[in-house]
Formats: sequence, structure tokens, C-alpha cells
Amino acid sequence: MKKITKRFPGVLALNDVSLTLKAGEVHALLGENGAGKSTLIKVLGGIYIAEEGEIYIEGQKVTIDGVKAAQENGIAIIHQELVLVPHMTVAENIFLGREPMSGHFVNSKKMTEDAQQLLDAYHMNIKADMLVGKLTIAQQQMVEIVKAISFNSKILVMDEPTSSISDKEVEFLFATMRNLTAKGVGIIYISHKMSELEQICDRVTVMRDGEYVGTKVVKETNKDELIAMMVGRELTNYYTRDFLEPGEVVLQCSHISDGHMAKDASFEVRKGEIVGFAGLVGAGRSEVMKCIFGLTKGYKGEIYIDGKKVEIKSPIDAMKYGIALVPEDRKQEALYKIQSVRYNSTIEVLGSFIKGIFVDNAKEEEITQRYIDMLSTKTPTQDQLVGNLSGGNQQKVVIGRWLATDPRILILDEPTRGVDVGAKSEIYAIMNELVKKGMSIIMISSELPEIINMSDRIYVMNEGNITGCLDRHEVSQESIMKLAAN
Amino acid sequence: MAQGKEKKKQNAAASGFGKAAKIYFKENAGIIVALLVLCIFLSVNPLTSFSFLTQKNVFNVLRQISTNLYLACGMTMVIILGGIDLSVGSIIALSGCLAAGCVSRYNLPIAVAILVGILVGLVVGMFNGWVIAKTTIPPFIVTLATMNIAKGLAYVYTGGSPVRVVTKEWQFIGAGYIGPVPTPVVILVLVLIITAIIMNKTKLGRHLYAVGGNAQAAQFSGISVAKVKFLVHTYSGIMAGLAGVVLASRMYSGQPTAGDGAEMDAIAAVVVGGTSMAGGSGKIGGTIIGGLIIGVLNNGLNLMNVNSFWQYVVKGCVILLAVYVDYVRNKKSKL
Repeated sequence: MKKITKRFPGVLALNDVSLTLKAGEVHALLGENGAGKSTLIKVLGGIYIAEEGEIYIEGQKVTIDGVKAAQENGIAIIHQELVLVPHMTVAENIFLGREPMSGHFVNSKKMTEDAQQLLDAYHMNIKADMLVGKLTIAQQQMVEIVKAISFNSKILVMDEPTSSISDKEVEFLFATMRNLTAKGVGIIYISHKMSELEQICDRVTVMRDGEYVGTKVVKETNKDELIAMMVGRELTNYYTRDFLEPGEVVLQCSHISDGHMAKDASFEVRKGEIVGFAGLVGAGRSEVMKCIFGLTKGYKGEIYIDGKKVEIKSPIDAMKYGIALVPEDRKQEALYKIQSVRYNSTIEVLGSFIKGIFVDNAKEEEITQRYIDMLSTKTPTQDQLVGNLSGGNQQKVVIGRWLATDPRILILDEPTRGVDVGAKSEIYAIMNELVKKGMSIIMISSELPEIINMSDRIYVMNEGNITGCLDRHEVSQESIMKLAAN
Repeated sequence: MAQGKEKKKQNAAASGFGKAAKIYFKENAGIIVALLVLCIFLSVNPLTSFSFLTQKNVFNVLRQISTNLYLACGMTMVIILGGIDLSVGSIIALSGCLAAGCVSRYNLPIAVAILVGILVGLVVGMFNGWVIAKTTIPPFIVTLATMNIAKGLAYVYTGGSPVRVVTKEWQFIGAGYIGPVPTPVVILVLVLIITAIIMNKTKLGRHLYAVGGNAQAAQFSGISVAKVKFLVHTYSGIMAGLAGVVLASRMYSGQPTAGDGAEMDAIAAVVVGGTSMAGGSGKIGGTIIGGLIIGVLNNGLNLMNVNSFWQYVVKGCVILLAVYVDYVRNKKSKL
């Protein structure tokens, strides 16, 4: 892939990125969240079309203008979320859309036999007539791989294949990958786990902010060098933060666990402090916050507000203690897209202007306007549907909605995700104002520069546990990544 | 001074009302035009012009659509939630039979009979709401089950034959008049006002759109999704119970076959009225027009002596057309 450039409205997702994959090698693609790895892969797979750049396969220039074209050129992608049909058999999934026919009917027998042959060739202990839904995640992954191979793919892309399988299954996956490379297949391997690089990869390419940083031979580099390449951007100065001495402890949580993603998290938050939560995706940060906000039923652990133990069993309880949560996934967890800005701004505080059947429309408008002004949200009118606003303005509406509840502790989960640079800077300034007035903020963020520049202290989580707490004076991107990647 | 203030207030109220009316016409422009075209056609068509615009016929149409609109009030809210209530037709049968039975079999006062009928709806609605709120079984399945249960119970209670009521006063609620206006139409006006208030003026109304538009976000907002579902289905049940009583009164009997297919007419009124089956959007104002279109259409076809078998075909086409026009409009506004 040469000089690939891909633009999205307002964002340059890929800028002049090149990648060379040799036959029979495993090539790791490394970068922070949002570095452009997925976008690059999607260009290769024909899901996105690049504005600039060329793709060559075995020296021949090819045009990939769709998923089908990618398949025909021997490119197969195994996505992080598996895309098999659970109610169909393994064989049916492998041959989906190109079933062997006899006359007008699908030849099920031949299909099952062919599929079994493929499975056996890679020593996979899977029966071709089993329903995919009955298989484990790892087995489903194997089926995806077999499916990919059955297209005679020469280029295989695997997007975080080990994120949800056990160590033993990882070993088998690696064995299968070696088996494939021995046959001349080139594999692009995306993973957050540094330790896997040494085990399976030959070369590694690092990306950052949609740009190509460099390519190294795995044996000739080390973890520290790669981390430095991943995070080594120069820090821009759009962070506003006046560090004041924080006050007394307002929130203390001990041994929070939801028995699944969040295993054991103990931490405290002071008045007027921004506490950052860093870690990789899936480290359990959001899950801890969901417990504290009463969204997770039957979580374990204790919560103290102002030193007093409290029971939080629902968001209503949490709000009563002055906690507000701006969730990670704006679209799914916060926005009522087909409703107006006004509706979205006031949904948490209906009680302040609706008494029985009497609605104080003027007050409703006033509340909405207050937070539009405070956050300088850009919307033509209060009646504008929130779904028509830009990501940054949508986020401001959601933040405003929670500020209207007058919280003491504001939890912001990835507050600047999908937000353009200008609005980001404004959100930082607002956060600074809020803590100066005595609010406490917990900020989950996967963007290291953001979390380092805004936080008084940073807790780092890994696999559901807090692996460390760094003071702002001792924090560095490397120290966070070390704690996060373990 | 005080007078000036009063006047200002009145002006504000008038402009507020004017604004609301403007928005209302704009939102429902398509179906209002359709309704007007239909009415004008029936007023000038030589086959129907002599009878269509008479007071008798207008009240007749309104009386005919009133029970459908009771159901449609509940159904609008259920569909905004993203659900459906198939049980309302059967509730009509069960509520009507039990209410009629109270009068003719047990000689209970008429007020008690009416209350019993509404209570039947309340109980079935609460049951629907409880199962839907507590489990993830789709509302379609839950209400399909209670539809059969309620229908079956109506047959069990009546043995399959109508429960006749000879008490004269029984006819008041369904076939009587208050002044010149048929009683069901007066009840309809009350029901519409109550529904409009619930949907537009209460917290429950706001929560309804939140749950229907994005249930997960509603949960993050601390809205009790289960409570909203329970209350809305209960309300739909009450409306069906009321419709059952009114119909049993109009027919002088509780009939186990009453309300057959009524749920479909209610759903038709709601979707013709512009409420999306996907949930999260819709207004009671649209449902009123939807109910009127279906009612006027039925009436017109009757006045024109169109074979009742063909009436179904025409009705089906009109529903499809109305929803298609809405679909095209939405598609345009999204681009």
C-alpha cells in the first residue's frame, strides 16, 4: 500500500501511509486508539475507498473499490467482531454465498465434506455440520480463518484476534498462523498486546494520528522503543488547566467489582480535582464507573461519599449523592437523536419545570439556554434535532444535560471521542472552570496527552484491576503504557 | 395597567396557540390534506353528497370511530415505546361480556358494570406491562398470548352466545346522547384530552419518548424503563376495557366476537397518523387524523354502497399509500 490518504468530513484519517507486506510474514500494525489502523485496514478490505494512494499486489497495481474486489484480489479480513451466522452450520458459513450446487439445489453433502476437509487440513477439532452458535469464540475465529483461506487468500488481516480468547487458544491460533505463513500467506496482525509481538510477528509498523511513523524488524527493537514511537507526538498547547490544591476526599471507592470486566478497583477523588483513568480498551474502566453510577446490578465493593458509606443501586441513587455520568458511547448511551436539543438538555431535570400536569415552558427554555451559553454549543435553535448537530456539539449537549443536575462529582467517559479539535479545547476549558468552582471530575480517556495534561492524578487500569496511581509530577506516556500493557 | 398585562397575557396565549396550531398543520400536512380531499370528494360526489355532510351522518362517523380512537390512544403510546399491543381487540370482547353480565346476570348497578369492564382492561394491561417490563419477551409475543387468553375467557364466560342486556339505561354510554352529541363522542373528547396531557405535559410523557427513542440512554438517564413500559401497557388496557363497555352498550349485548380485528384498525390509525413503528416518535394529534381518515373512508364506502368485501381492499390500499407518502417525506427531509 503506497501513500494512502483518506479523509472524512473534517478529519484527515489517513495521511500518506505506506505499508509493505511480504509473503509469508506476520506484520504487526501498532498504534494508539484512533491512530488510523482500522481505517487503513478498511481501505485494504474495500470498505472505504481512499482518496489518494495505490495498492500493489505481487507487483501489480490493483483497484479495490469494494469488498468483492478485495476478495477477488485474495485479501481477507477477520474483524474484531466475528461476522458468522450463528444459526447456520460451520460448512454453511464457510460457503455462504457460493454454495456448491447440484442443479438448482444446494449440495449439502459436498459442502459439508469440503468444509471438513479444510478444517482437518489445519488440524482444527471442529465438525463441519455443527451450528456456529454452539462453538466457542476461539473456535468461531478458526472457522473465520478457514473461511478466509477457502477464498485462496494471499493476504490475511487479523484485527485483535486474541482480545477475547484464552491463553491456550492463543497458542493454537499462533500455530495456525505459522502454518499459514509457511504456505506463503502474508498476515497483517493488529494487537494492543506487546508481548505477542515477540512471539508471532516478524516486522512491525507503527502508526500515529493517521500517519506512518516507521517500520522495524521485531527482533531488532524493544518494547520501550515501540511505545515511544506510538506516543511520541509533540504535545500541543490547547489544554487549559490551573492546578490548585485539591480539597478533602469526596468520593472513596473500595474493591469495586462487577465480577466480570471490573475486578478490583479502589480509589479516591478529592474536591476540585480531576482524576484520570487510563488503560487500554477493555481494561474495565467504564465498567467501574457503571457500578458507581448504579447501572450495574449486584456489583461488589463499597462507596463512601464525604466519608459516609452509601448504597447506590440505581442512577437515581447516584444522582441523589450528586454523581453524574457522561457515558462513553454518545449515540447508544446518551442521545435521543430524533428529539430536540431542548428535550435532550432537560431530560434529567424534568422535575424542576414539570409539576404534575403543569409545564413551565419558559423555565425549560431558560435551563436549555443557560447550558447552551455556558458551553457555547452551536445550534441554530433549541428545537433543532440533536442528531443533526456535530459530534462536539452533541457532546456539549450531553455534558450540559448533566451539569443541569448540579453534580458534585462528574464522571466523563471519553469526553472528547469523536469531537473535533476546537470543541475539544473548549471542553478542556470548561472542565478547568468546573473544578475551580469545587466540582470533582473523573475522566476516563484513552488519549494519553489529554489525560496527562488535564489530570491531577491518574489511575491506570489493566484487566479489571488498578495497576497504579501516578501523580501528575511523575507521569509520562511511557509510565502509563507500562502499567496499562503490563 | 392590570388590563394591559391581562391583554398581553392573552396575546401571548393566542400566539402560543397559533404557533402550536401552525406546527400541528405543518407536521401533519400530508394526512390533513388527504382527509380534506376525502371529505370534499364525499360532499360533492352525487352518490354521497345528499347524506355525507348532515349532522346525523357526522355524529354517526364520530361515534363509529370513537372506540377505535380509544384503542388508538393507548396504541400510540405503546408504539412510541417501540412495542405493540395485540390484545386490545380481545379485551373488548372480555370486558364487554363481563360488563353486560354484571347488568343482566347479576343485576348490579350500571356504574359497577362499567367499572368492572374497565377493570378487566386494567388487569390484562397490567399483566402485559408486567411481563414486558420484567422480561425481554417481545411485546408482540406477550400480547399475542394475552389476546388468545382474553378471547378464550370471553367465550368461556358466555358459552359462545351473546349476553343480552334489556335494561334501558345500559344503552346510554354507547348509544345515548348528551345534548345533541352521542355519549361515546363526549367520552372520546375526554380521552383525547387526558392522553394529550399525559403525552405532552407529564414526566411520564417525556420518559415515554426517551425509552422508545433510546432505551439504553434512558437507563443511563436514571429513567425507570420498566415502570414506563408497565404504565403504558396498563393505560392501553384501560382504553380497551373502556372500548369494550361502550361497544357492549351500543350493541345491547356483550359479544365474544366483539372487537375481532380491532387491534389492527387501531394500529392502522396510529401508523396512518405518522407514528413510526420503530418507536421514539409520534403524536396523538396525528393519530386523531389517522382515525378520522379510516372512519370517513369506511363511512364513504358504505354511503356509496361499495361491497363490504371490497372495502377491505380499499382500506388496505389507503393505509399503504398513507405510510408510503410519509416514508417519502421522511426520506426527503433526511437528505
